[in-house]
Parts: sequence; structure tokens; C-alpha cells
Amino acid sequence: MRVFRLNVNGDDLEVAAPAHWTLLEVLRYELGLIGSKQGCDKGDCGACTVLLDGSPVLSCLRLAATAEGHAVVTIEGLMPMHKARGGDGADVVQDAFDRCGALQCGFCQPGMMLSARALLNENPKPTRGEIHDALAGNLCRCTGYTQIVQAVELCVAEAAGVEPAQPAWSADANGKKV
Amino acid sequence: MLRLPKFELEEPATLDEALALFAEHGSDAMPIAGGTDLVPNMKHRLFEPKVVVSLARIEALTGIRVTSGGELEIGAMTTLADVARSSAVQERAPVLAQAASLIAGPQLRTMGTLGGNVMLDTRCQWYNQTHFWRTSLGYCLKKDGTECHVVQGGGKCVAAASNDTAPALMTLGATLVFQGPTPPGESKANLREIAIDALWKADGIVNKHTEPGEILTAIRIPAQAAGHRGAYGKLRDRGSIDFPLFGCAVRLDVGTDEAVTGADICAVALVARPSHVKRIEDELVGQRVGSDDFASAVGRVAELAYKQCRPMDNSPGDADYRREMVPVYVRRTLHAAAQGAGPVHHV
Repeated sequence: MRVFRLNVNGDDLEVAAPAHWTLLEVLRYELGLIGSKQGCDKGDCGACTVLLDGSPVLSCLRLAATAEGHAVVTIEGLMPMHKARGGDGADVVQDAFDRCGALQCGFCQPGMMLSARALLNENPKPTRGEIHDALAGNLCRCTGYTQIVQAVELCVAEAAGVEPAQPAWSADANGKKV
Repeated sequence: MLRLPKFELEEPATLDEALALFAEHGSDAMPIAGGTDLVPNMKHRLFEPKVVVSLARIEALTGIRVTSGGELEIGAMTTLADVARSSAVQERAPVLAQAASLIAGPQLRTMGTLGGNVMLDTRCQWYNQTHFWRTSLGYCLKKDGTECHVVQGGGKCVAAASNDTAPALMTLGATLVFQGPTPPGESKANLREIAIDALWKADGIVNKHTEPGEILTAIRIPAQAAGHRGAYGKLRDRGSIDFPLFGCAVRLDVGTDEAVTGADICAVALVARPSHVKRIEDELVGQRVGSDDFASAVGRVAELAYKQCRPMDNSPGDADYRREMVPVYVRRTLHAAAQGAGPVHHV
């Protein structure tokens, strides 16, 4: 056992756990933050994505000890941090995922939303290609990617005060609405 | 759920402390950089070190700098994301920036390091599996067993080198700087610099020549020719993530008259070591890029690659399909390099 000094969602925490545990294990089984999902547990699926100093990383592959000294943000932190910045209700990414129905089983959502949050923090006006690239490490096995990309585009459009781009399936190859 | 085996974690703050730990624990200790390869492998019980030495706190191992001689020096712990987006790397070694940008997905590039990718363990569909899976199979030559499931009756492991940056660095003529334990009575750092081509051996179990207790500290890329162009092509199952089913790095040196003065192609993910495609300069040197003669030379080079590259049944992709893709990717990557474009991959 060892004591980990972690900064999670803005809180400085001391938590005791076996020294070889991953960050995901400490988050889920010691801190009760079960929003980060344990999917493949070997770095394929992205369900365990958390933000480390603002960049998305896989908490199932990150030893908890090597997260010391870095700011960790899990899905549980998105709404409180949005409010702390003066926002109202849920983070705009969460709100857009909700309105677009960007989920089916919901297992990939925490990782998806954190990857999307990191993208928008770095690049407030990403193109559809940049959104695809940023979400490439998050797998949705319900294959609901269309609404997920649409949700991120909705965030971008609303921040800029413009009409959101139509999803690819809403028009045929000639641009005619279907 | 995959749990890690128990180990002691050491987190030295300096290289000397890390080297002392390896000297003390010998083969019981393993270094961990980004952990994106070692952690899954430990979860699969492919490695069960007693001591894991994290290199994350050693600041001297991180960073990209350009020396006064125009050489690129990249610390081994520099993340793949930083290598991919570095303007110095994009300008001086486009093939490396492209290869790094195609490794896995964004999260893994944020964690994974260039040194870790160079020192990546070889991969095989009969090896990178859970302990339960491998027990059911009766193990394999590379780990715990005596039989190879790729080559029936084969006595030599053919797990594939699957590191995208390795062929890129080979076309650039990079060198690797290792630091070993300082012998007693000496005060000078025990450095060893080797050409990356000299690192490899054709053995899938361990495909690198290394000395005990040494750490890869930096990767040096010499200044390239004035008309240097490069590109990387990668075949994989999903364009968003995945190890290569075939990868090829291309270097083209182009003179002021647009004629090729030098060229190199390096292939990876076929057998245990990355390797140069031979005799390609005979076809390419002297051809003006963009001309019809250049296009037909590229076709002949693709044929050479097809003859020299023989993928084995060591990765999930079908070996025959991968072989048919070799000339396609070599041709497209050569044209991309000639146009200063790339990388070449599918979505």
C-alpha cells in the first residue's frame, strides 16, 4: 500500500491503495468515481478516458502514482467545473450530448465527452475532420457516432451563434435533403 | 477486468538514480515510459517484473531541440503527440512527424513516448493475448511455450516489429543514445551511441541488441539533404487506432532540378525487424519527380518491395491481403513524398 496525493476535479486528495494500481482502479474502487468506465482495460476502447492537465489519457494504462502532480478531471468534474467558471447547469458538451441523443447504452459517453471537452478547450472551432480525429480513440459499440459528432458540432455552432452543420446522413450525395 | 501483477514502483528523479536501480535489481527490474505497451503486456502476464522503474520524473529525458549543426535531438521520454505536432520535426523530418501522428489514437499518443515506441516489444496474434487465452492455446515460442503457431515446426520466433517510428528513423539515418551504469572508479557518463540500423536482430523474442541496465536517453537525427522529402504510409484495420499491418517510410532527396539524388524505403510490421527495401536507388536516382519516367520507376520500386516483403500470419490481418497491399502503399507513399504530402492511410 502507499498513499497517493492526487488532484481530482479540483480537490487535493490523499488516498491509500496498492502501489501497483492504475489510476482507473483508484478512481473507481477507492474514490467511488465510477463515471470513468472499465471497458477493455488494455487501452483499446477509450471508455476510461480522463483529462490529465487538460489532455485526454487512458486511466486504465496510467499508473496511479504517475498521476501525482497532475490535475485529473473525470466526468464527475465537468459540471461542477462548468459552474465554477460561472456557467449554468451541465457543461455545454454534456448538454449537447443530451439534446442530440448522442448515446445508446451510454458506456462510451464519459470518455467521449471528455475527449470532446479537451478538443474544444484547445480548438473552439474544429472542423468535422478534426472532431473525428479527436474522438478517434473512443469506441462506441452501439455505433452511434453520427449523433456524437453532431453534438460536438452543436457546441461549436452555438458558441459561434450560427446554425449547426447538418449531419452527413441528412442529405444525399447531391446535397438534397432526405 | 484485467489486473496488474504486483510489483514495486520506483520513481527516480534523475538518470543516475534510475541507472543505480537497474544495477541493483538487474533483470528483476523493467523501465516504464508511457506504459501504453508495457501495462497491457503486464496485465496479460507477458512481463511480471518485481520492480518497475518509472522514467516519468526524469526531466532531462524530455524535449526536442535543434543543435547548431542542424541535428534534431529528441529526448526518449518526449511524447508521440509532441513529436507529431513539433514544427521542428515537421520541417526537418516530416516522415517521423507523420509516423508519430498515425500511432494509435489521441489518448495513447499523449501517453506514449518516442523512446518507448523505438523499444516496443514485438507483436503477434498468438502472443498479445490474455493469460487465460494463452493457457488455452498451450502458449507459444515467444512466451512460456515451445511451439510457434505462425510457422508450423518453426524454431525461430517471427513476432512482428510493429513500431511506426522505427522505419521512419531508419530512413533518416538516426542514431540512438543509450546510457549505462557508470563503472566503479569512473566519473564519466557511460554513453553508447549506435546507428538505429544496428539495433535490430531478426529474432521475434527480443529483436534488439541492448546491454544490461542501460536506458535509451535520446534519439538523434542528422541534418538531412537540402531537398529532403519524406512520407509515411500505414495499413491498419481501423484508421483511427491500431498497430500497423504494414508500414512504410520513404525518404526522397530531390535536387534543385527536381531530379532524385537519393532515396530510401523502410518497411515494418512484416517480420521481427524493420528492414530497408533494397536496390531502389538504382530505379529512382536521376528521375525528375512528377515526370512519367518517375511514375514508371515508382512502379518498378513497388514491384521490388512486393518481392522483398513477405508478411507472415503474425497479425490479425490476412497475410496474402497484406502482401498485395505492399506495392499499393509503397507506390502511394512514394508519390506523397515526391509531392511533399502524406501521410498515406485510410480512414
